[in-house]
Amino acid sequence: MSTSATDLFSIDEFLLQERRKDLLRISTAGNVDDGKSTLIGRLLYDTQSFSEDQLLAVLGKGTVASRETDFALLTDGLRAEREQGVTIDVAYRSFATARRKFVLADTPGHEQYTRNMATCASTADASILLIDASRGALRQSRCHAYIASLLRVQHVLIAVNKMDLVNYNEAVFRAVEHDFSQWLDRIAEDTGNPVQTRFLPLCALKGENLIHRSRQMPWYSGPSLLEALEQLPSAECGEKGPFRFPVQRVLRPDAAFRGFAGQIASGRVRPGDAVTVLPSGYSACVERIVTFDGDLTEARAPLSVTLVLDRPLDVGRGNLFAAEETGAVATQRLQATLMWMDRRPLECNRRYLLKHASHTVQALVPALEYRVDVDTLAHVPAATLEMNDIGVATLQLLRPIAADVYSANRVTGSFILIDPESNSTAAAGMMRLLHPETAANDESGNAGKVSAEERAVRWGHRGGVLELTGPEIALDLIERDLFCGGLITQRNDRDNAFFRQNPLLLAELTNRQAEAGLLALVVQFDDSEWVKMRIGGVEERCLADKSKDIILALHRLLILGGNLFDGPVADSPYSASCEL
Amino acid sequence: MEQSLSHLRLLEAESIHILREVSSEFERPVMLYSVGKDSSVMLRLAQKAFYPAPIPFPLLYVDTGFKFREMIPFRDEAAHVAGAQVLEWPNEAAIAVETNPIALDTKRYCAFLKTKASLEALRHFNFDAAFDGARRDEEKSRATERINSFRDGAGQWDPKNQRPELWNIYNARVHSGESIRAFPLSSWTELDVWHYIHEERIPVVDLYFAKERLMYVRGEVLVPAERDFIALPGERPQRVLSRLRSLGCSPCTGAIRSSAATIPEIVAELVVFRSSERAHRVIEHDQEGSMELKEREGYL
Repeated sequence: MSTSATDLFSIDEFLLQERRKDLLRISTAGNVDDGKSTLIGRLLYDTQSFSEDQLLAVLGKGTVASRETDFALLTDGLRAEREQGVTIDVAYRSFATARRKFVLADTPGHEQYTRNMATCASTADASILLIDASRGALRQSRCHAYIASLLRVQHVLIAVNKMDLVNYNEAVFRAVEHDFSQWLDRIAEDTGNPVQTRFLPLCALKGENLIHRSRQMPWYSGPSLLEALEQLPSAECGEKGPFRFPVQRVLRPDAAFRGFAGQIASGRVRPGDAVTVLPSGYSACVERIVTFDGDLTEARAPLSVTLVLDRPLDVGRGNLFAAEETGAVATQRLQATLMWMDRRPLECNRRYLLKHASHTVQALVPALEYRVDVDTLAHVPAATLEMNDIGVATLQLLRPIAADVYSANRVTGSFILIDPESNSTAAAGMMRLLHPETAANDESGNAGKVSAEERAVRWGHRGGVLELTGPEIALDLIERDLFCGGLITQRNDRDNAFFRQNPLLLAELTNRQAEAGLLALVVQFDDSEWVKMRIGGVEERCLADKSKDIILALHRLLILGGNLFDGPVADSPYSASCEL
Repeated sequence: MEQSLSHLRLLEAESIHILREVSSEFERPVMLYSVGKDSSVMLRLAQKAFYPAPIPFPLLYVDTGFKFREMIPFRDEAAHVAGAQVLEWPNEAAIAVETNPIALDTKRYCAFLKTKASLEALRHFNFDAAFDGARRDEEKSRATERINSFRDGAGQWDPKNQRPELWNIYNARVHSGESIRAFPLSSWTELDVWHYIHEERIPVVDLYFAKERLMYVRGEVLVPAERDFIALPGERPQRVLSRLRSLGCSPCTGAIRSSAATIPEIVAELVVFRSSERAHRVIEHDQEGSMELKEREGYL
């Protein structure tokens, strides 16, 4: 390395060119063996995004013809992937052309990792979808097109790959284009989000139509894949909507300054602009746009700034600033598309944590409307959603959030559900319908005495008294199962000295617990080989060492006898019998 | 049509969002500060994220005992200017057994010094979130790393069981004893980092700029002659016009021959002579995929 490196080109010119580059986020997807890793490897190789030593580590190690570099090996980073021969997790890579920088999220094509497609698509401005020309569009490609549309990826470039296997035949390409276009039309009808698409014939392995236009396909007059990527409109033009600003943090370095830090989700803001603070509904004007580099006269999405308002308002993390009269609403009940991502399936009426913008609230799913069969786009009735399922559900929130529908805003219209026990990300959600608050400052819209129904919505179930007899270990198992299921329980030991003296005290106490919406447990230990469970006059008994049977019977009992979840509220008083 | 925002502004906006989000959702966040160029950029982004308020978390500097001497005054000055508190974690255990990277092989050295020391430090101070300046473009296995990367109670990363990360919504829930590593520079490239340092006039330690330095020359690899280095019999350091592309501890950070004495010259060198910076850190040549092994063990 010597001065010769710096003589080769003008540094100033280069830095100026660098400064002008924008950033486009793209995702890729395809079926296993559609050649995706090869395409990405080749794209990165040909844009000189690999270093010499990365190339050296791979050269000659491949599975393809001996003299060719295995581009797929360059792409697949993890050991486990190399061992399996398939990409197992989302990988992010950067490459650049003279005009633009790209961050590419590589989606695994393997069936069991479908949820990763959504992960990649959620941040993508554009997507490259691979179809093997010799095999046509398989399930994963169709599924990905659906997810891209659902998540509102603006542009989808459909790379009809392996054209060498069909002798670069135009008719094959046109047939794939025709078939897949029909599928795309049906998708747009279902999701309501048409995507801009472009079909490109190519052969990634040989680099045909990848960077440069191919001489093998004179019948094709369109751009190469890289040219098409460069021609796509800039990313932030996509989110033109009205001003939205989720407050991430309140900055108060001293008594004189109170600023609200956040990233502009959409639109633009200038000092003097009026904004509504949601969910409170108060109005204020923006006084200053503060940054480390000085105050701004205007800021737009997606810049991170700090706003100062012209009057003191109670604003905190989780609030949303919105341009006045522009449709954002505070809501506690909404309908959303859910993409389930956890091994533990959706349980209706179980409590989840819903994270939306900078706000986390508790949420229940009282009703699942339907599941979408991704193969046929049919809406099928379903009781639950399992990992990789997509469905539409109604959600009830315990506190209001300020939101837009996803079709209007990708930032303020999206959320995740978190399992409160495992902390895993259980689902991704896209809001479809928002039911506005009735009263601006009342979380529930209700007044006066709290009703049993309101309690039931809050806890996710109604109250009741469940009597349990059996060995302690089995009763602990039952309590644990109820707790893990999200039920609010209160354990009362029949052998407690007070209760033994006065059995009526136990009955009175558990009645009150049930009235408060709790599931009162009345436990009595014995050494019998049976576990007995009773609620609402219905009884179940199981062998104490059959834990699976116990749990099944318990669940059956809660539904049959407990009337905990559905149907009219029992008007007969709860009662714990004095003996079981 | 107005000019679209440049990629650096977009990367900056994303990083600031991550810094604000993680610092607001966790009780005890910390920034791992290594004095390197990525740390310097991350520190500047933290200043920007919370301005005009001070940075709401301390910086943690893990002293392996083998870092370059001139890094310490630079660190103290940078922290002072940013108004940040520096916590130093001496690796007493390693120093006590006189662990020497040249005596041990590099894999054991890094595992011993870095993994152990930084995990000990995080545990000692009970931090539940640590900002780390690592980028996805540094090494193949890092490409799969999340922005908010979950670590179990032992500080380990499970690449096969990562939380899906959608939009810019980060799941910040952890149980007691568990933690996350947050990577605000995930989407940046080495070129972006240098370009940003240039545009923002961010001070970086002098070691990055070419100068005549005393080096042990071992084939293609230059090993800086620092204290405690155990030379091979008969080996003598030479004066070599060189600079460092990344700052590890001195023995396992290979220098490169270079005359690049300014940031534009470094950028030029980077563009013309593409070589992944960490190739000159000796560790990654030990075993292909070794960074992933380290990561699983909690090295990152």
